[in-house]
Amino acid sequence: MKFSVIITLKKDVLDPQGKVVQNTLVNMGMSNLKSIRQGKHFEIEVDENDQSTAERKVDMMCKKLLVNLIIEDYKIYKI
Amino acid sequence: MKSSVIVFPGSNCDRDIAIALEKMQFKNQMVWHKETKLPKTDLIVVPGGFSYGDYLRSGAIAGKSFIIDEVIKAANLGCLVLGICNGFQILTETGLLKGTLLKNKNLKFINKDVNLKVMNNYTRFTNKYKKEKILKINIAHNEGNFFTDANHIEELKKENLIAFKYCDEKGNINEDSNPNGSLDNIAGIFNTNKNILGMMPHPERMVDELISNKDGVNLFSSLFN
Repeated sequence: MKFSVIITLKKDVLDPQGKVVQNTLVNMGMSNLKSIRQGKHFEIEVDENDQSTAERKVDMMCKKLLVNLIIEDYKIYKI
Repeated sequence: MKSSVIVFPGSNCDRDIAIALEKMQFKNQMVWHKETKLPKTDLIVVPGGFSYGDYLRSGAIAGKSFIIDEVIKAANLGCLVLGICNGFQILTETGLLKGTLLKNKNLKFINKDVNLKVMNNYTRFTNKYKKEKILKINIAHNEGNFFTDANHIEELKKENLIAFKYCDEKGNINEDSNPNGSLDNIAGIFNTNKNILGMMPHPERMVDELISNKDGVNLFSSLFN
């Protein structure tokens, strides 16, 4: 079973990298750009048949290692 | 006093801190991260560097290594723990210190000598410094921008858990004297029991007049008090 995990910085945490990417795109002429937040993406394959068990395991991986809960939010999607 | 320096793949200030500790009369041992037991020790140092190439987040992988479980146990029993630079990042990843270190506000790796103010000199780590003493200590980091939640910042202030703040040479603490965007110019913090100190600047680089200055000496000599 495969999952996609998307990690983003929380709303009130400064994202200087996202800001630089945003400024560059604006400089390149993408004038309708409102905002950019940079994040991380993981594709995780779990050897498990039951979806809720598998999701619980992925959630545990996020909480224990992949995500810094002080500054980051995450979402898990089945793919 | 006995000290132990934890060594991870990618640590690069482990030799510097070992030399500084020995110069300050510590009996030091290097401890490889795969060890599952700590030698008998009074001080554990988690050194600077780029453990595991800063993969995932600075300090994240080292924060889950075998030896870290022993460091956490020892710290909770009152053993002194000093985390410098990447060591500070590792300590926040273990939860021994709250908060985290974000990328520097200007997105650049900063390597320079900066001014620090001693904010609390009633601790095991800082008792040899005069209150509000201004030090010049080297920083060398890409992720030194201290960040934490509102409750923790309140606790840091109320319980006097801020060890050092970035300042200018006259001691002014403001945005201009903040090299990396750290919240409230914070350069180093203690845990609630004040037996753990995490700091981004490198005191081990400031123990010899020949290569820098001796502003780091009192941090190590304080530990003998």
